Amino acid sequence: MSAVTTTVSEGTANPYALSHLDSLESEAVHIFREVAGEFERPVILFSGGKDSIVMLHLALKAFAPAPVPFTLLHVDTGHNFPEVLDYRDRTVKKHGLRLHVASVQEYIDAGKLRERPDGTRNPLQTVPLTEAIQQHRFDAVFGGGRRDEEKARAKERVFSLRDEFSQWDPRRQRPELWNLYNGRHAPGEHVRVFPISNWTELDVWQYIERESIELPEIYFAHEREVFNRNGMWLTAGHWGGPKEHEATETRLVRYRTVGDMSCTGAVDSDATTLDAVITEIAASRLTERGATRADDKMSEAAMEDRKREGYF
Amino acid sequence: MTTTAEQLSATTLLRFATAGSVDDGKSTLVGRLLHDSKSVLTDQLEAVEQASLNRGQEAPDLALLTDGLRAEREQGITIDVAYRYFATARRRFILADTPGHVQYTRNMVTGASTAELAVVLVDARNGVVEQTRRHAAVAALLRVPHVVLAVNKMDLVDYAEPVFAAIAEEFTAYAASLGVPEITAIPISALAGDNVVEPSAHMDWYGGPTVLEHLETVPVSHDLTACHARFPVQYVIRPQSAEHPDYRGYAGQIAAGVFRVGEAVAVLPSGRTTTITGIDALGESVDIAWAPQSVTLRLADDIDISRGDLIAPADDSPAVTQDVEATVCHVADQPLSVGQRVLLKHTTRTVKAIVKDIPSRLTLDDLSQHPAPGQLVANDIGRVVVRTAEPLALDSYEDSRRTGSFLLIDPADGTTLSAGMAGAAFAAAAEAVAAVDDAEWDF
Repeated sequence: MSAVTTTVSEGTANPYALSHLDSLESEAVHIFREVAGEFERPVILFSGGKDSIVMLHLALKAFAPAPVPFTLLHVDTGHNFPEVLDYRDRTVKKHGLRLHVASVQEYIDAGKLRERPDGTRNPLQTVPLTEAIQQHRFDAVFGGGRRDEEKARAKERVFSLRDEFSQWDPRRQRPELWNLYNGRHAPGEHVRVFPISNWTELDVWQYIERESIELPEIYFAHEREVFNRNGMWLTAGHWGGPKEHEATETRLVRYRTVGDMSCTGAVDSDATTLDAVITEIAASRLTERGATRADDKMSEAAMEDRKREGYF
Repeated sequence: MTTTAEQLSATTLLRFATAGSVDDGKSTLVGRLLHDSKSVLTDQLEAVEQASLNRGQEAPDLALLTDGLRAEREQGITIDVAYRYFATARRRFILADTPGHVQYTRNMVTGASTAELAVVLVDARNGVVEQTRRHAAVAALLRVPHVVLAVNKMDLVDYAEPVFAAIAEEFTAYAASLGVPEITAIPISALAGDNVVEPSAHMDWYGGPTVLEHLETVPVSHDLTACHARFPVQYVIRPQSAEHPDYRGYAGQIAAGVFRVGEAVAVLPSGRTTTITGIDALGESVDIAWAPQSVTLRLADDIDISRGDLIAPADDSPAVTQDVEATVCHVADQPLSVGQRVLLKHTTRTVKAIVKDIPSRLTLDDLSQHPAPGQLVANDIGRVVVRTAEPLALDSYEDSRRTGSFLLIDPADGTTLSAGMAGAAFAAAAEAVAAVDDAEWDF
């Protein structure tokens, strides 16, 4: 079946109805334009994951036919999927954008960060991210976080003030009313901005289909050598997997989220097309983070704690 | 229809808010809406079950689904607005779940500001209490178009119709006197599932919709052609490229009403007039666009227009003023005082302003007035008179929620101080409603 929804609905009674995708798109574009109007040095966090790809697509639409008035920032863990890095570089070139890269590997090589015993580098991204924000004096940082992803994110504002250490204080958030966003901040502080706060995973996929947005191929079913750790299928690689007792096997999988290779699990899937992926997600009984992210399984407040420290 | 097909066919979006406390069964109602619409996924439920067990609770505590912050879980209370997302065959829903106690009025106001519908919960055993009146007043103040009264715990009053009818009548009269245009009362038991998603087998006397049926069918947008068209300019798009050397477009989100190519418009506050020559709707050129679409307008004349200006029909533009009379909800921990210098953010325009007077504070529980309070503190509702340094094209909030609302901001540290609604606090009472003996709040 086709999952595409188009503009007018609710019959002839209401000629001015908007589809849910049009409503969400309009809201996100409004947020991008607010930031362009009120900030000096905004940047889009761009990982090559589907949420940041949708963000970039919305930014391109918001300012057309002029170019996007923002640069991009990628925090490269050193364990990124090569397909995703390739996609990132092609996208930057295609749209004539400027990309900053903050490298976790460089921090480790310089002795400023230490590798964790479990090999995951997701929590290590916070310091390079924070320092890149300070170094480039970014005052608005767009993230692809969605409130449906995780319960701490459900309480995040669209405009989220961070102090000079990038810290988030959930109890001192500014109330957000109507579509009036308050981006006032002191020098050294910045605002994290989440234009797709109100989108669900399914909205993201339906929008990707409607807009014919290209994605890295690992989002679709493919054969891959994987091994099982804590109930998740991880990709073998130089980041430190598999260990001796962990056997690899070849399975038909796809990625539902794209993060650091060390903590992002693949799901068994034969969905090779967007339609098939959308049908699979709509039927899934697991959230995308529950199915694929080891970093959120650490504790009940794992995400809240990382966000407080300045994580995405 | 399967869940898959149901979700995929959903089209329109309804934003709604729930107000009530744990005692009224709000978490149970929200949990049941999410659970029975199959929006709680296995891993979320397992996490809630595990967390409940860790706390020594036998049954899963569905409040843990929405109480996302550590402090909330530790204290067993909802502190902040939680946004939840679910879908059925007919609609997508964004639920702003807000705490109900008086010290969280600001959160209820926040949730109601974007809501097209508010669900107010009462316990059938207690009927309409002060908190219910406060919730009705917030919905009326924020001009939420549809209000649902969910009379909960009907199982504890033997599903008795007279109990429901008396509460529904009292609430409807009260809300209508505050100008709430549409009120739907539904008898439910969130715990037993009566009339939440499935019709109740215990209340044959009730012939109306379940809560979910009502959420699915209530109209999401009113008659836009009857609204005053308003377009706050966010950003000027000027590519100055070889391909588009002369393109000049005014980007924004239509705040209200409908705009058409060929229409004569005024640009405020300057008052200059021109004509719309083109509307670019995110990559597509169109002849007509309406709220809340984000578009780019192109105009016939090369006049000076920048962020903060408002475009409106030449024959239907708002008054331009530097004197704002409004109702505000104070949302900050630091007070708002007479004489205080603030920033006022209205649509895309932020101007300096001074609080000239705070004529009164209002208690929402009984609508009693307290004249000349001198200042407002967190969660207070009051009337303010503000003088701005520059003119604003301001509508009354009654006419236009987007262009009649504003924020007051502390210029020193950027704190959002108050949420303002220009004009009269409450709409005129709806017709044919029994008189209520509460003091009218009238200016």
